[in-house]
Amino acid sequence: MPRINSPAELEEIRKELLSQRDPDKRTITLCSGSACHATGSRLVAESIEEEIKKQGLIDQVDIRKTGCHGFCERGPIIVIHPDEICYLQIKPEDVPEIISETIKENRIIERLLYTDPATEEEIIHEHEIPFYKNQQRLLFGANITIDPKSIEDYLAIGGYSALVKVLFEMNPEQVLEEIKKSNLRGRGGGGFPAGIKWEGSRNAPDDKKYVIVNADEGDPGAYMDRSLLEGNPHSVLEGLAIGAYTIGAEEGYIYVRQEYPLAVENIGIAIRQAEEYGFLGDNILGSGFNFKVIVHQGAGAFVCGESSALMTALEGRAGEPRPKYIRSNIKGLWEKPTVLNNVETWANVPLIINNGADWFTQYGTEKSKGTKIFSLVGKINNTGLVEVAMGMTLRDIIFKIGGGIPGGKEFKAVQTGGPSGGCLPGDSLDLKVGFDELTQAGSMMGSGGMIIMDEDTCMVDVARYFLNFLTDESCGKCVPCREGVKQMLKILTNITQGKGKEGDIELLEELAEVAREGALCALGQTAPNPFISTLKYFKDEYEAHIKEKKCPALYCKELIEYYIDPEKCRACMICLKQCPADAIIGEKKKIHIIDQEKCTKCNTCFEVCPSRFSAVKKISGEPVPPPISEEERIITRGSN
Amino acid sequence: MVKEDCRTEAMDNNRIDQIIEKYNCEASSLIQVLLEVQSENRWLPKQVLERISERLQVPLARIQHIATFYKAFSLVPKGRHEIHICMGTACHVRGAQLVLDKVQDLTGINPGETDLDLKFSLETVNCLGCCALGPVMEIDGQIHGKISPAETADALKKYD
Repeated sequence: MPRINSPAELEEIRKELLSQRDPDKRTITLCSGSACHATGSRLVAESIEEEIKKQGLIDQVDIRKTGCHGFCERGPIIVIHPDEICYLQIKPEDVPEIISETIKENRIIERLLYTDPATEEEIIHEHEIPFYKNQQRLLFGANITIDPKSIEDYLAIGGYSALVKVLFEMNPEQVLEEIKKSNLRGRGGGGFPAGIKWEGSRNAPDDKKYVIVNADEGDPGAYMDRSLLEGNPHSVLEGLAIGAYTIGAEEGYIYVRQEYPLAVENIGIAIRQAEEYGFLGDNILGSGFNFKVIVHQGAGAFVCGESSALMTALEGRAGEPRPKYIRSNIKGLWEKPTVLNNVETWANVPLIINNGADWFTQYGTEKSKGTKIFSLVGKINNTGLVEVAMGMTLRDIIFKIGGGIPGGKEFKAVQTGGPSGGCLPGDSLDLKVGFDELTQAGSMMGSGGMIIMDEDTCMVDVARYFLNFLTDESCGKCVPCREGVKQMLKILTNITQGKGKEGDIELLEELAEVAREGALCALGQTAPNPFISTLKYFKDEYEAHIKEKKCPALYCKELIEYYIDPEKCRACMICLKQCPADAIIGEKKKIHIIDQEKCTKCNTCFEVCPSRFSAVKKISGEPVPPPISEEERIITRGSN
Repeated sequence: MVKEDCRTEAMDNNRIDQIIEKYNCEASSLIQVLLEVQSENRWLPKQVLERISERLQVPLARIQHIATFYKAFSLVPKGRHEIHICMGTACHVRGAQLVLDKVQDLTGINPGETDLDLKFSLETVNCLGCCALGPVMEIDGQIHGKISPAETADALKKYD
């Protein structure tokens, strides 16, 4: 492919690409993001390719392996264009039928469609499925139509037109004004206005400047950035190039965690293609602007998501943050002015340039403009990635889009903001999502992870879990975090093990204040948040653990006992046979008893007891009832 | 008896040099070099770190600092099969701790350890990003999703 040397040449190529594509041609798009790979989409892809060949349809049907569609709970997903027929949870065995019935005969296969759980209505088109219908997929929408390994797909949907506009119709000040006007705030967690950050770097008196994409996405349960980088890498490159032009940088870095091999692969391909076509490198499209991008892989350290630690890691050292007396947009990578932004923030830039700041600001709330991609995970029916305009309520996200809690369980809390965030209870469900709204409620937006918890989740354990995570990930540089967070973990662990005592909560609050005031970086400063928010909204659980040695959610191992209800047990022997500790005493027709001395609380009996009996119970905070007598244990025919 | 594909011996010096040269022997590329070596050799023996120290002109102490700071690096040999249990928040609320407890029981090792036969290495990871399949156990890159503690024994039996 010869290098494109001018906007006019680009338009010619775009026109040619579009003329070669028949919008009415049958195309099968298959979600091939990492999450669908895990559910077997690679095998489905092979099956489709094989079947198309077998049935002699290679010229009539295109196959496109796209990035993440978002509805991860129901993957692998295929959408058949132009009719937009959406089939879910496809297995390789389904493929021959799909080809012969739907592709060849235009017949819908009903069992593969989405069925609305409330109305039992079968929905054919992807955009009508409630999960998608209620979203605003400004960024993610492109994922379902393009093959991320093909720059031509990106060009066919208008890709790189924002870069052309910026290089040939705008000067850096105008771009800066547009970004400031849009009020685009950082999507990585800080929520800092991107325009102000860029302005600082633009005005810094240095001739060498850098731009960085933070793709270190370390919050457990959050994978939005991965899906953007895997599914539409060029959009991120385009945004990055625009940012570089605005501040005067000629070198950009993409720091991506090594745990994301597909994202690393796809961004590498995208960079090579962009260089080949002339969107990166020297004299881009004949504009005189030079820009090159280098990929740097992380090596497994959560703290490297913090901007100053990330820059230290880029320099080849251990990722330790530094105090921000001088912000990194003035002195950052190699002490040069550096704009570091999150993947999603960069991906928003081409949209804002193409459509204008006024278009962007029509979405969202007064202070939080645009959309946000959330990863809706945990105890939720429709696990996946959702993109909504800021201002949608938590209730709508969790119930309208997320489909509510599985198993008929009660909603208990939603955790946002990752380990730096907090848990919000049922009373907060009508909160509108936005940076300031979530912070005021005691949590934060964070990078977009949204973990749903139900009645079986112990909130004290959640606080312990996050502190365990942070203790592990602490870089160790400053005392309030290295020692303080560790001590908080010890106290919370004791509480969950029944060793809590009076004064523990007050001590935790004191340690929390020390970390908040004295830690060097946001990891340490926000480490107390999960504890503070769970204490605020679920204090009764803390008191139960400490005063009554009881875990109300029946989760903490040391505080629960397993007990077989003699009224319900039918002596079917299933739990007895599966117990790994041989702790169940019983026989056919003799009600089973758990030997508490041997029980390791592995939960196996609870899991395997048939639901029609549900005889295994968890007890906490009260003594286990003594076993019934031998005679009472015998089940006679017709007895209850 | 150690099987040959376990690589408890150090990587060949020529291969190490090749990787270093790819990054123009720049000291700032240390992490990228270590990642490539780790990926090929599956662990970082001391002799390898010494060679890297010599070629990149970086003190061994600093390399050891990096190798112990970042989770991707292992200073002990890995088993033939690497078990990763996801302990991300979504998997945690779906019961990942019970899965981990069971696997620790079955293999006899704790996270970060390799068993004496060099068969299994166990690690906890913080989010594989397959939250729809939680709780998740990954063995040699293969995902075992929605796994219950009771099912782990059968899953592990498939590996020798």
